Amino acid sequence: MKKELLKLLSRNARYTNEELAVMLNTTEADIAAQIAALEKEGLLCGYKAVVDWEQLDDARVSAIIELNVVPKADLGFEEVAERVAAYPEVEAVYLMSGGYDLNVVVKGKTLQDVSRFVARELATIDSVTSTATHFVMRRYKEMDVKLFDNKPDDRGQFLL
Amino acid sequence: MIDYSKVLTQTVCGIKPSGIRKFFDIAANMDDVISLGVGEPDFQTPWLVRKAGISSLEKGKTKYTSNQGLDTLRAEISNYIKRKCDIEYCPNGEVVVTVGGSEAIDATLRAVVNAGDEVIIPQPSYVCYEPITQLIGGVPVIIETKAEDDFKLTPEQLKNAITDKTKALILPYPCNPTGAIMERDDLEKIAEVLRDTNILVISDEIYSELTFADNPHVSIAAIDGMRERTVIVNGFSKTFSMTGWRLGFACGPAEVMQQVLKIHQFAIMCAPTTSQYAAVEALRNCDDAVESMKKEYNRRRRLMVNGFNKAGLICREPRGAFYAFPCIKSTGLTSEEFCEQLLEAKHVAVVPGTAFGKGGEGFIRASYCYSTEHIIEALRRIDEFVKELKK
Repeated sequence: MKKELLKLLSRNARYTNEELAVMLNTTEADIAAQIAALEKEGLLCGYKAVVDWEQLDDARVSAIIELNVVPKADLGFEEVAERVAAYPEVEAVYLMSGGYDLNVVVKGKTLQDVSRFVARELATIDSVTSTATHFVMRRYKEMDVKLFDNKPDDRGQFLL
Repeated sequence: MIDYSKVLTQTVCGIKPSGIRKFFDIAANMDDVISLGVGEPDFQTPWLVRKAGISSLEKGKTKYTSNQGLDTLRAEISNYIKRKCDIEYCPNGEVVVTVGGSEAIDATLRAVVNAGDEVIIPQPSYVCYEPITQLIGGVPVIIETKAEDDFKLTPEQLKNAITDKTKALILPYPCNPTGAIMERDDLEKIAEVLRDTNILVISDEIYSELTFADNPHVSIAAIDGMRERTVIVNGFSKTFSMTGWRLGFACGPAEVMQQVLKIHQFAIMCAPTTSQYAAVEALRNCDDAVESMKKEYNRRRRLMVNGFNKAGLICREPRGAFYAFPCIKSTGLTSEEFCEQLLEAKHVAVVPGTAFGKGGEGFIRASYCYSTEHIIEALRRIDEFVKELKK
């Protein structure tokens, strides 16, 4: 049940408690209590909108930065990851398997902003040995939501 | 000039095109219309199934199959019916793969109905049974199932409808549009009426996987003494979201299926080959996909029932298929008026219950083959509409 609730909320955080209660066959009070508990436990970490910024003139730039890092003997990657995550320019930080260590999603107003941030802030961290910056050119899907899909419903058979 | 009234048969001209066609043309041309109209899944065919179809094309499997369908597919269908309904059908002689469930219904009716024979059809139900019966010279005998019986066929109704001319009973459960199902107890009682007759049951179980009761779907063929007098019709459209693949099947006693196969062989030759290869994959590896679609349907179903009842339109819990069938009598409108005015005022399209037989008067059919967000918005508009009507 907890999992089902989380799945529904991660699909659409704006379902009302009543709608959630109906879908999951429980009461609104139960949903409210469950959500409060999940928030307190830190399982529900936040609620955000999926925005297609490209449609605004207010264009933004995102980049994915691959960082290679020398892990600390006792702290592993934690220390540097936390340090990177603390920057407001950083949207996401993941520890990766494979060819590099940290995957960092950075956003900024312009290409220069992002480049400067990488060069001045990320590349200069002691344990970071190299960076590779990939700028996002177009978004097709964000958090499960397709950003380009305006296809009309082509199902036409009303009586079947 | 050619006189088409002399060309066309009286029978076919006598079948009226659905009166609500025009209504839906309006809906189709309306911007921002939000529909609960269609009766086909919004889910894509599971990728594994599509891939199996593509792969069969790549391998050049583009020829006719045997008339009754691919051996592997019939074997899988036989396994599937055994697994789901605990009935055994021999893949060779008791299973025919058809072009959708529709062709299976048509061919089975053609195999058993002589001119003047009666076919009992419970309504409200899917729209094809009556015209097909008429086209082959049969006489449709309509039973109107009642809301107070949860739109189940009752043994009393059936008894009263049976005459010396009764040839077949259509058993359309889980039911489009009412969402009614027949559970084991209900079927026992129907079987009791039929057991000593020569009436064939054509059990349209196309929605068999989509039931929301405590127990899974039961086929009437699984009831004592009924296997020999039942043809099960089922297909891939609803269960596996494969409407456009046009693939169904019929299972029944060899004596009947032999004749059904004859009709299928001359009229159709064989079901589409690509679809047959894809369907093998559907039956072998898609239980999880079906389960997750069903879970999603169930959430939508709850939203629908809750939304209609809150709007003051009494909506019984549909226990099968993917439709809600709320009663709109409290508005004082007929089904068609309700649908037309709702479309006009709020740009929401639902289907009048009368499209599925006269017994559907006072009800509308709302499909939940739509995303929850879409359903929530449609229900919000319906609620507004009903409130404004009351002013």
